[in-house]
Amino acid sequence: MENLQVEDRLNLKAKKFLMWLFIIASFMMFAALTSGFIVYTEGNAERGIKVLLPRAFMYSSVIIILSSVTAHMAYLSANSLQLGKQKLYILLTILLGVAFFYSQFQAWQALYNSGAYFVNYNASQSFIYVFSGAHLLHVIVGLFFLIYALIGAIRTIPQVRNVFRMEVASIFWHFLDILWIYLYVFLLLNQ
Amino acid sequence: MASTAIHDSAVLHQHDDHGHDQGHHKETFITKYIFSQDHKMIAKQFLITGILMAVVAMILSILFRLQLAWPDESFPLLETFLGEKWAEGGRIKPDFYLAIVTIHGTMMVFFVLTAGLSGTFSNLLIPLQLGARDMASPFLNMISYWLFFVSCVIMMCSFFVESGPASSGWTVYPPLSALPKAISGSGTGMTLWLISMVLFVASALIGALNYISTILNMRTKGMDMWKMPLTIWAFFLTAIVGVLSFPVLVSAVVLLIFDRSFGTSFYLSDIVVAGQILPNQGGSPVLWQHLFWFLGHPEVYIVIMPALGITSEVIATNSRKPIFGYHAMVYSLIGITVLSFIVWGHHMFVTGMNPFLGGVFMITTLIIAVPSAVKTFNYLATIWRGNLRFTPAMLFAIGLVSFFISGGLTGLFLGNAALDINLHDTYFVVAHFHLVMGCAAIFGMLCGVYHWYPKMFGRLLDERLGYIHFWFTFIGAYLVFFPMHFMGIDGVPRRYYAFTEFAFMQEWLTVNVFITWAAIISALAQVAFLWNFFYSIFYGKKSPQNPWDSNTLEWTAPVEHLHGNWPGEIPSVHRWPYDYSKPGHHTDFIPQTTPFSETMSSNLLHDFEGNPESEHIQQEWDKEHASERHNPEQV
Repeated sequence: MENLQVEDRLNLKAKKFLMWLFIIASFMMFAALTSGFIVYTEGNAERGIKVLLPRAFMYSSVIIILSSVTAHMAYLSANSLQLGKQKLYILLTILLGVAFFYSQFQAWQALYNSGAYFVNYNASQSFIYVFSGAHLLHVIVGLFFLIYALIGAIRTIPQVRNVFRMEVASIFWHFLDILWIYLYVFLLLNQ
Repeated sequence: MASTAIHDSAVLHQHDDHGHDQGHHKETFITKYIFSQDHKMIAKQFLITGILMAVVAMILSILFRLQLAWPDESFPLLETFLGEKWAEGGRIKPDFYLAIVTIHGTMMVFFVLTAGLSGTFSNLLIPLQLGARDMASPFLNMISYWLFFVSCVIMMCSFFVESGPASSGWTVYPPLSALPKAISGSGTGMTLWLISMVLFVASALIGALNYISTILNMRTKGMDMWKMPLTIWAFFLTAIVGVLSFPVLVSAVVLLIFDRSFGTSFYLSDIVVAGQILPNQGGSPVLWQHLFWFLGHPEVYIVIMPALGITSEVIATNSRKPIFGYHAMVYSLIGITVLSFIVWGHHMFVTGMNPFLGGVFMITTLIIAVPSAVKTFNYLATIWRGNLRFTPAMLFAIGLVSFFISGGLTGLFLGNAALDINLHDTYFVVAHFHLVMGCAAIFGMLCGVYHWYPKMFGRLLDERLGYIHFWFTFIGAYLVFFPMHFMGIDGVPRRYYAFTEFAFMQEWLTVNVFITWAAIISALAQVAFLWNFFYSIFYGKKSPQNPWDSNTLEWTAPVEHLHGNWPGEIPSVHRWPYDYSKPGHHTDFIPQTTPFSETMSSNLLHDFEGNPESEHIQQEWDKEHASERHNPEQV
């Protein structure tokens, strides 16, 4: 039995590593998009963002940083076997994730109202939608990971697996946080 | 080390977090052959799908070769099969010609030489050669195959839509690919191409993540990185290249989809279609080329590196000699991996790129010749004075080395920014990449099929058919591609529909007839392979456990496939995989599982990696047996 548990833990280690690799892959995707932005924008003086970024982006940043904190709290409580707290913090993280969604939509609305449409002959402005849209797709995936961890905590699966699910979900969620900050700073610098 | 001793006990535990529990006791047809999570079955699925795609792509190539050789002749048979729409009056229509060229390239590069090659052999060999029960995530592995399968089906579907398959070349440059109305092939067919590609990238990525994680985390006891066979090194670095480059293609494709379907202008500007000025402004088609070739160039190494790894293994085994320069082989693979990311600009020399930047890309490109040449020389040095066994696998491996040299040499000309002005988009390019990544990689793949067929199906392929297959394909491929160099130097452009329209190209028509005959003959030779492959699955000669007297771990696993590979404990590893013909040993191979204590007569001091105790024991033994050692007959 003990042997099986050891095997389990180490197989889980290989699986957790998959998450890190996935993060590298998806970072490459955003690196490509942002490099594409630079190549495109540098090509001609008429291109560029040329609008003020909506305030909603700032609210989004605050929300996602907060959600990263709650995700970490959930992870800590999972580690110390406080399942009640763990569930609460996961729920909070999910709610903040949904709020982030809402805030991003608000930002799109604001961009639209200021004339920076997605279908645009200055594709630098279209890129803002592409960045935040691709990031939102990742957030959906992140929410699934969180829900998966939540289900695990509700069903009281074995602790090794519970921590594994929680860890994978929170690694990914922190990545989403850092990724958004990278994108936001990138956009601010190119404003 | 620490991560490895763990899979020894039981296998039952592989799937339980996916709800497919107790899989290997009550296997149904569906869990065994269709939604299998066993890496060996998934490898076979990849291989057979890859072979089917290769057959389709090969038939397409024969179709456009017919058109190139006899542009004015009518083949009523074509109309029978392709219908009036694509071959009216028995002549292939220009639209369809462009479509088959495009789909031939896409299928060969992505479906056959990426999924068919990496997918098959990484899946088969990574767990078996490293001593793991299965992949890091067998479930994701299954997903990877089925995404690939769906992507193949979607690509095939594009033959059955009204406007035909994508036709803007496998690189699908915008604006041609971005405007559904530009040509018929940019319509639904292009949409299907993009969907298929996104699924394919997802499949390739999931596969690559699995390969890397398995190699880093699940090696058996004693298998440190420097004891891994070169196949595994090649698969490992290929997967790394894939993880870093495929996401970039996704980005490019996403922007292209927006341009096509939503009206954005990432790639579009100043375009007139059929006399109508399009509103799109400000886009940059060169942006696509940057993004595409940032994947596209590493992609050719994704294609060739696994083939090089397979060849290393097969050449060493069949020369009965250690691979020459194991470390140099690994470092040159690493060198190729790194360099592959900083050469993409050599595809874009004539896009109006800053000449200084062109110079930079030229230098990085030419530097790649160094690790490539190191590998070539190491192959030759391994063969040199070896005790060669010309099995079909060995012949294909030597064929790879031959193509890699003759195709690689022309890369030096194309990589030169000044010469490329002349050679760009001519048949010289076609000849170059077909030899160096087409033929070389497919020979690597076939070499792997012949070598590991016993491991996959427990039976042997017929050797005589193998030799027929090899010689016709080898000579045929040279006859097809060698003349193309001269056409290219003369300025004949690639992808042209008919050579009769331009006076200077007409003299090449006879050469085209010759090439087409060579292509037909080498295509027919593949029938020998297909027959051999599918017949032997059921009726081939039963294979012994280690048919090639090979050192690597996969041959210590029983011939019958078990879920979990080894019935008892996983064997542990004591030495590198290339102890062939070691002086002083009574057989000409020492498997990786043999400890040094059983081979005292052949151990060398540097085998012990500076372990003073082992060295001491060995020195004592050597002293005792000094008289025997000078006379190997007595050993």
